[in-house]
Amino acid sequence: MLSKGQLLEFYRQMHLIREFERECERQYTRGNIKGFLHVYSGEEAIAVGAISTLQPQDYVVTHYRDHGHALARGVNSKAVMAELFGKSTGCSKGRGGSMHMFDAEKNFMGGYAIVGGQLPVAAGLALASKYRGEDRIALCFLGDGALNEGEFHEAMNLAAIWKLPVIYFCENNLYGMGASAANNLVMYQEIYKMAAAYGIEGIQVDGNDVLAVRELMEQVTHRVRQGQGPIFVEARTYRLRGHSIADPANYRPTEEVAYWQSRDPIPSYREWLLKDGGATQAEIDQIHAAVERELVVAAEFAEKSPFPVAADLYRWVYQEDGA
Amino acid sequence: MAVISYREAVARGLREALQEDSRVFLMGEDIGPYGGSFAVTKGFWEEFGEARIKDSPLSESAIVGAGVGAAMAGLRPNVEIMTINFSLLAMDQIVNHAAKIRYMSGGQFSVPLMIRTVTGGGASVGATHSQSFEGWYASVPGLYVVVPSTPRDALGLFRTCRELGDPVLYVEHILLYGTRGEVPDEPYKIPLGQAEVKRLGRDVTIISYSRSVQVSLAAAELLATEGIQPEVVDLRTLRPLDIETVVQSVKKTHHVVVVEEAPKQGGFGAEVAAQVQRQAFEYLNAPVERVAGEEVPMPYSPPLERLAIPDADRVARAVRALLAS
Repeated sequence: MLSKGQLLEFYRQMHLIREFERECERQYTRGNIKGFLHVYSGEEAIAVGAISTLQPQDYVVTHYRDHGHALARGVNSKAVMAELFGKSTGCSKGRGGSMHMFDAEKNFMGGYAIVGGQLPVAAGLALASKYRGEDRIALCFLGDGALNEGEFHEAMNLAAIWKLPVIYFCENNLYGMGASAANNLVMYQEIYKMAAAYGIEGIQVDGNDVLAVRELMEQVTHRVRQGQGPIFVEARTYRLRGHSIADPANYRPTEEVAYWQSRDPIPSYREWLLKDGGATQAEIDQIHAAVERELVVAAEFAEKSPFPVAADLYRWVYQEDGA
Repeated sequence: MAVISYREAVARGLREALQEDSRVFLMGEDIGPYGGSFAVTKGFWEEFGEARIKDSPLSESAIVGAGVGAAMAGLRPNVEIMTINFSLLAMDQIVNHAAKIRYMSGGQFSVPLMIRTVTGGGASVGATHSQSFEGWYASVPGLYVVVPSTPRDALGLFRTCRELGDPVLYVEHILLYGTRGEVPDEPYKIPLGQAEVKRLGRDVTIISYSRSVQVSLAAAELLATEGIQPEVVDLRTLRPLDIETVVQSVKKTHHVVVVEEAPKQGGFGAEVAAQVQRQAFEYLNAPVERVAGEEVPMPYSPPLERLAIPDADRVARAVRALLAS
């Protein structure tokens, strides 16, 4: 049974991610953020619901749309914003950028930007837990685009035969960049059923319902922790923005976008909180105000932080006392 | 000093690692009961058990990637990729992930992963099983590329590699496994980035690595009968590259031939030649010569294959022509 505090915390995290991404878009247009910027807007219920079921020692591995996962894991919003600004105070010291957030303290093992590449890495983290007999599981996020990569097949099979404590969590937002999964990418749309071919249980959940994700993942993490082997989860969701900030997403039918906007996970959860969750408008307002303050602080911190210095260009290519 | 084979040297390095460090475990295709494609891990499965000698499915990317993850978690995985040709299937993990995670994470994570693989041609196994890609990997910052030519180097370099905090591509040559050589009894190590003069000479510096060192030494013996005394430098590691030892030799001989098995265009020898001309230009009496693989997919037919890979005669001819120029 979730306490009201937990319910409000889910709301705070989802709202923080949404507003963080809005701030990113603003900072991108000001030229403070460079390169690719893939925002998580619309998918917040997944990161928040799923990561809330982990223990601190567990591993989180994800793809390049990683700001939401980092924030949900508790990576400091100042450090994430500073990373986007390319500053030395960033969570990857300015070496990673939007697609490569890392935080060792949070066991946030990174955003991986070669589609599918994170799946074997997550298997390896889980393998290390099993090798050492630790109570520690790995949660690996992937997009629907990764399903057609060879690394998906290889990692699913490896995780299954070695019974690794890993959860592969597919955020199916229906598009691989600009291509519709239904029309162009995969013949078979019930993707959670693909897991059965590997001897892995596949489960589907509504990715726009934070409580549904949470409820399912409580069971899933418990079972994976017990050592029963990997589980595959598919959550249907939708990007409310384009693939990246440079993508106006004109390829998506207006009715489809409107449908998913009506299923936006944040307002619907807020309504539920107010109606059935025991929350008051004042509590919601407090959260909004706190998030707004947090993001002002994050942007200021990022702006005022120093860039990495030229003398550090070669730092961290190899271990310093390496060879 | 005991005389052991190159295969035994690698196996000794692996066995020591397994015995001395509980973080070390092996993954690879048929490394278990089968004993490894080249019999390097023969008996390991029986000795260390299946938790540490992990026979893996034919999934190069997954096993290297699992090695990356396990290394990030603090273990010291040692992955065998049956041959370097198959490493192409794991290139995403080797190049995009293993080599970059320390840097991209701002130093928060290390990938102390050792990847052993087998390079080279000459075994009549055709175009897809006879390639030499170590030079490609040598252009990736964040990786170490190690290419031993003798049992002594194989063991000494292995002992260093297994303690490094970064990913290593440790490249064995398919035709060297049965070669034998002396190995010191004491627990010596050989640091990376330290080339070795394998034969002293005065007239020309022949630079190579892996099996091409043996080819170069054979060429040197031929040339010695004609009064030419080549110095043979074994690079031993491609990244880091010890150009200083090369330059010291060039200052003495004033002539350079670089020998490698990979096709000449874009081969690692081009990097060596470029660095030599930049750092020892005034000492050179002639342009740097290169002897390399022919620009063909490796033919299966043995007489054709022999034409495609440098041998001692070709190296000797190149030296004679260079000295006559």
